Amino acid sequence: MIDFRFTEEQDMLRTAAREFAEEVIAPLVPQMEETDEMPEEILRGLGERDFLALGIAEEYGGVNLGHVAKMITIEEVSRVSVAVGMMLQVMHLGIEPIVAFGSPEQKKKYLPKLASGEHFATVGVTEATGGSDPTGIETTARLEGDNYILNGRKVFITNAHVAHVAVVLAKTDEKEFSAFILSKDMPGFRAGRWEHKVGMKGCDTGELIMEDCVVPKENMIGKPGDGLKVCMKAISEVGRAGMAAVGLGLIKACLEASTKFANERILYGKPISRLQGVQFKVADMYLDYNAGMLLSYRAAAMKDRGERCDVEMAMAKYYVTEAAVKAAKLATEIHGGYGVMVEYATQRYLRDAAVLNPSAGTGDIQRIVMARAALS
Amino acid sequence: MRIFVCIKVVPDPERASEITLDPQTKTVRREGIPLVINPMDKNALEAALQVRAQQGGEVTVVSMGPPSVEEVLRQSLALGADRVALLCDRCLAGADTLATARTLAAGIEKLGGADLVFCGAESADGGTAQVGPQVAALLGMAHAVYATAFSLRDGIAEVTVKTEDGEKVLQGGLPLLVTVSREINQPRGIRFSEIVKARKKPFNVFTAADLSLAETCIGEQGSPTRIAGIADAKMERRGEILEGEPEEAVAKLMTILRREGAI
Repeated sequence: MIDFRFTEEQDMLRTAAREFAEEVIAPLVPQMEETDEMPEEILRGLGERDFLALGIAEEYGGVNLGHVAKMITIEEVSRVSVAVGMMLQVMHLGIEPIVAFGSPEQKKKYLPKLASGEHFATVGVTEATGGSDPTGIETTARLEGDNYILNGRKVFITNAHVAHVAVVLAKTDEKEFSAFILSKDMPGFRAGRWEHKVGMKGCDTGELIMEDCVVPKENMIGKPGDGLKVCMKAISEVGRAGMAAVGLGLIKACLEASTKFANERILYGKPISRLQGVQFKVADMYLDYNAGMLLSYRAAAMKDRGERCDVEMAMAKYYVTEAAVKAAKLATEIHGGYGVMVEYATQRYLRDAAVLNPSAGTGDIQRIVMARAALS
Repeated sequence: MRIFVCIKVVPDPERASEITLDPQTKTVRREGIPLVINPMDKNALEAALQVRAQQGGEVTVVSMGPPSVEEVLRQSLALGADRVALLCDRCLAGADTLATARTLAAGIEKLGGADLVFCGAESADGGTAQVGPQVAALLGMAHAVYATAFSLRDGIAEVTVKTEDGEKVLQGGLPLLVTVSREINQPRGIRFSEIVKARKKPFNVFTAADLSLAETCIGEQGSPTRIAGIADAKMERRGEILEGEPEEAVAKLMTILRREGAI
């Protein structure tokens, strides 16, 4: 029997996340648009309200409410700010390899501070020479005594500057990829260039630079050669879930802004919501939100049950992020001239939507995953 | 310290424009509007949690309502309350403020009585501001209404309350009932870890029989209030064009402004 209802506890989680988004984040969105920086009080609030503890076991300071819970909270945050939703989802992505593949010592050392928000996390895979193709990376890790020496440069890394901890993919041999937990207190590890994107203003994106960075041998996740498995499992089942949640929040925001405007804007002596042309646009958004929600939460529920869900997550990520781009366009059209004025949020939605496609695997990468499953 | 908080679950005030009145039953149509904790009751809960943090004790939430309010009331456990008592019975339906106050007072007595009771000053839907003081009278407690500040030292409470002219500061011993206004504090948000902790906190449901209340003093039967009629309040802008030369129009305008007390 399929039960599509959220639990009472999940509903409460949504209420709590929405309250945080509306009361703490919403007033700071104009500031983020202006400065392209993430206000400290938002980052602090994410920790204080346990947003970062959701996927971490109680013995390591987490609340262990699972992947559906994470999706709910990211969706609610993204409904108000896609920029914060993106940073939040990548924090979860950075935590995931330690949760899923970390040793008990690594979990004990890193997870409590990541759960409380004292530290933030990210993942560093993409380089100028490879993102969609992770085997194209050039960062090296050379074993010297009890340490690995890492050299290389990661690009387009969300949370590059705010993260204290990063799970980084490097080559330990010509064709051997390994994952390491790096922290900013390690000599030779720092954030580099600050990227300015067309949208998601306030969301920290930049470089991670390793220059003769000394990483203790025990900071490798798994064993030499496990790196691709560790990073790709996290990206394909947690990163894509996060992007789907961000997209859902954005579609919801587009829908709400559009229905409000369409009900209030009078043309031809009546609200434009009475015009069929406008209704069709609203119907498309409404359908996409519901279809995307079903795809996304089904995949998250599978993950909570411990099932493999990379294909389901690829479908969710692809469908929702494409739909979010469409919803932002439709919302802007419904608003007419107002839609492109900075006083209205729709122009922000349009810019934010543009950033959804390349993150956590481009739309075309998701289609390859889907096609592979369909043709197998 | 036995601290009680009276909470009402109301239709979301943010969606107030969707609320309509049923002319037949003369009641509020709530269908389809999400339920929330009455906003001022959140301030009351916050005040109670702050007292508990300083003085120790237990915070009990007491509420009268149908089974459908349970999910919303559980939020108070996640906000930090120690237990919830829902007073729920078909014969409690249709209660006016007096019958509601009798029920809440009986609930508080049933649970051992209170040293301190906090209520929101008024509800977002009814807005009578009567229930708090009525509960105090029934429990034989002193009360202070529309509190904007509260402190408790050595068993003496100091309460700042809003008045029509400004504010006044009251002092008194316990037991005491305080109704609070929005200015008193900033209610905390729900921490997700508290949602997990709330699973283990008691949520008890009491019927009218559990409270030993006679049907004649509760619900519709026990309510002396009768709604004679309901009407929509119409708010309209009034416009008046002042004709004539500028000097003449200005003189007319000044006369009107003085007459209306604007200057």
